Amino acid sequence: MNAARPGADLAAATPAPGPATRRLMEGSEAIAEAAIAAGCRFFAGYPMTPFTELLEHFARRLPTVGGVCCNAESELEAVGMAWGAAATGARAATGSTGQGLSLMEESLSEITLAELPLVTFLLARGQQDYHQATRGLGHGDTRHVVLAPIDTHEAVAHTRLAFDLADRWRHPVLVYGDYLLAHTREAVAIGPDGPPPPPKPWAVDGSLGGTGRSRIISPLGFGKVGHPSPGIEAHQRAIAAKQAEIAAAEARIEYGGCDDATTVVVAYGTPARFVRAAVAELRDAGHRIGWVRPVTLWPFPAAALAAAVAGARRVACFELSAGQLIDDVRLAVLGAAPVRPIGGISTDGSGFGVGRLLDTEVIAARILAVHRDEDLPPLPDEPGGAP
Amino acid sequence: MTGREPPPAPTPGAPGAGEPGAGPPGARRIGTAVPDLLLTGEHHLCPGCGEPLAVRGLLEAIRHLGLTRRTIAVAGIGCYTSFSMTTDLDLVQALHGRAPSVATGIKRMRPDVIVYTLQGDGDMVNEGLQEVLHTAARGELITCVLLNNGVFGETGGHMTATTVAGQRTKNTLEGRDPARDGHPILIGDLIARLDGAAYVARGSVHHPGAVARTGRMLRRAFETQVAGAGFSFVEVVTMCPTGWFVPTLDGPGYLQETLGTVHVMGELKVDGRIRTTEELRAENTRADAEMRAALARGGIEEP
Repeated sequence: MNAARPGADLAAATPAPGPATRRLMEGSEAIAEAAIAAGCRFFAGYPMTPFTELLEHFARRLPTVGGVCCNAESELEAVGMAWGAAATGARAATGSTGQGLSLMEESLSEITLAELPLVTFLLARGQQDYHQATRGLGHGDTRHVVLAPIDTHEAVAHTRLAFDLADRWRHPVLVYGDYLLAHTREAVAIGPDGPPPPPKPWAVDGSLGGTGRSRIISPLGFGKVGHPSPGIEAHQRAIAAKQAEIAAAEARIEYGGCDDATTVVVAYGTPARFVRAAVAELRDAGHRIGWVRPVTLWPFPAAALAAAVAGARRVACFELSAGQLIDDVRLAVLGAAPVRPIGGISTDGSGFGVGRLLDTEVIAARILAVHRDEDLPPLPDEPGGAP
Repeated sequence: MTGREPPPAPTPGAPGAGEPGAGPPGARRIGTAVPDLLLTGEHHLCPGCGEPLAVRGLLEAIRHLGLTRRTIAVAGIGCYTSFSMTTDLDLVQALHGRAPSVATGIKRMRPDVIVYTLQGDGDMVNEGLQEVLHTAARGELITCVLLNNGVFGETGGHMTATTVAGQRTKNTLEGRDPARDGHPILIGDLIARLDGAAYVARGSVHHPGAVARTGRMLRRAFETQVAGAGFSFVEVVTMCPTGWFVPTLDGPGYLQETLGTVHVMGELKVDGRIRTTEELRAENTRADAEMRAALARGGIEEP
């Protein structure tokens, strides 16, 4: 397995977990604990499956460390509260499912323009919110950094990293998980508390009133009268330039078996864990198949992905949606190889959880069909499928 | 130490000094032309706009109570947003309707700081009605200030949730018809009924007495916040002759005859006692009749 990422090393940003400090906990609890260890002291949210437990853990834990968890009356209010908390310089977070994030989008866009370091947790119902997460979460030319953990261990690392990146860039960061991540229990180490957050001279504390040096935090690019102010056009261009800098510095990817592969499978988030296992089995059986996992969905690791699949004759894309990630994969590959979708919409009866596609055997059969340039086999309960 | 700051002495070069309002030699100066907490006397609002009067009252209340160095403002989106750039307080610019939630996040992380929102009727009563009601119900220790002119001034005079019946706007050209356009919301009455709200008042700026009374309401609202007694709310009914399509000088009279008869001035909740707008209207009518009778008798006796 290779791990490639331009710039800083992901492992260096997070303490290495030691077996002695591991504890069995569900993903939601691990994320909340990691956030608190990273210095998060404010959370606001509104219950919605499968995000609810994250709110529960924050509500239980934040008051014990002198923090605040607000039970917002709607997602609109949750994101507004987090906006205000972030403006005071506190490490603040909010979150929801894709549906809830749709309600938050207006504020999330403006928070980006206001250059506030907010962390948002998207615990989605499946993977149908890829476009929502990666296309800016709202209006305007805004993008959030999007981290897509594969399991609870990485969710802990990503949560801690998210707060660091948010402060480093004064930019929102989204951690994109799902039902499986939120509800799966694993033995996981949170690690020691991180260092105090960096000083934030831009944050408001009320102390500069009447001095002529009072501060303004605005998405509109306005400064106080008598102080330099870029104006809205220059401000938006500056945000775009910063996003270009983030895009160049923060793309992360993981891949394996690509050196000799004639077929490469791309997947992200928890389904990538199943794809990785399916590819390992197929490689054991002698097939020259590799896998690629974008760790950041924005910035999308396009150049590294193109390099990883450069020797392949075909690319397969596994995602639990009608086809969203595949757009970015095709843009990265730029026609060098055909990209075939092998995933699809797949949920349990409630629409929240895991469907029949998330099965290593099913995925392996689909990968093999692409590898042999055959039609995809039917799913177990489709006509012609196995009983 | 009283905790109150002395009135500012006029100094050369300070805002207001040397301006026409300073008067000729020998004249007694009773106030600055520009409030202390404004960085400039210039603004981009229309002639006859009532919002600068309300903003002056707000900033003077903060100054009077000695809260200058411990206040964070949260501004909504409307004509008054131009004061975001000229108000000399730490300030967070919020979205249309969303200021109470942003103010909540600030106050929860900085309970030692005084936090207020400045919003218009379109911002607070249309777009953000649930925000202000939930914030009041939570008893959030902030002060929300509503500038209510019954119209979307910034877009050029469109109907809001507080537009009164019969009022002409760009999308109710024949006047707001309750049968078609619904009825105005008396936001102060809604808030006063919520247990989390400690002080609720409705002022106006259409004559000097109203301006002075509104200033007292604003001070009382901030005193409520300082005391940690609960959510405080002041609505200020303001003139918008441009958005009302009336001559500039007719603004105050139009306010008195239209919005002022519906959004009636007075304190709606003080120390747990609620008075409805209906009750305020009856009191005002009675007081007005007594005043007229006294004037008819030849004058008002000093108590």
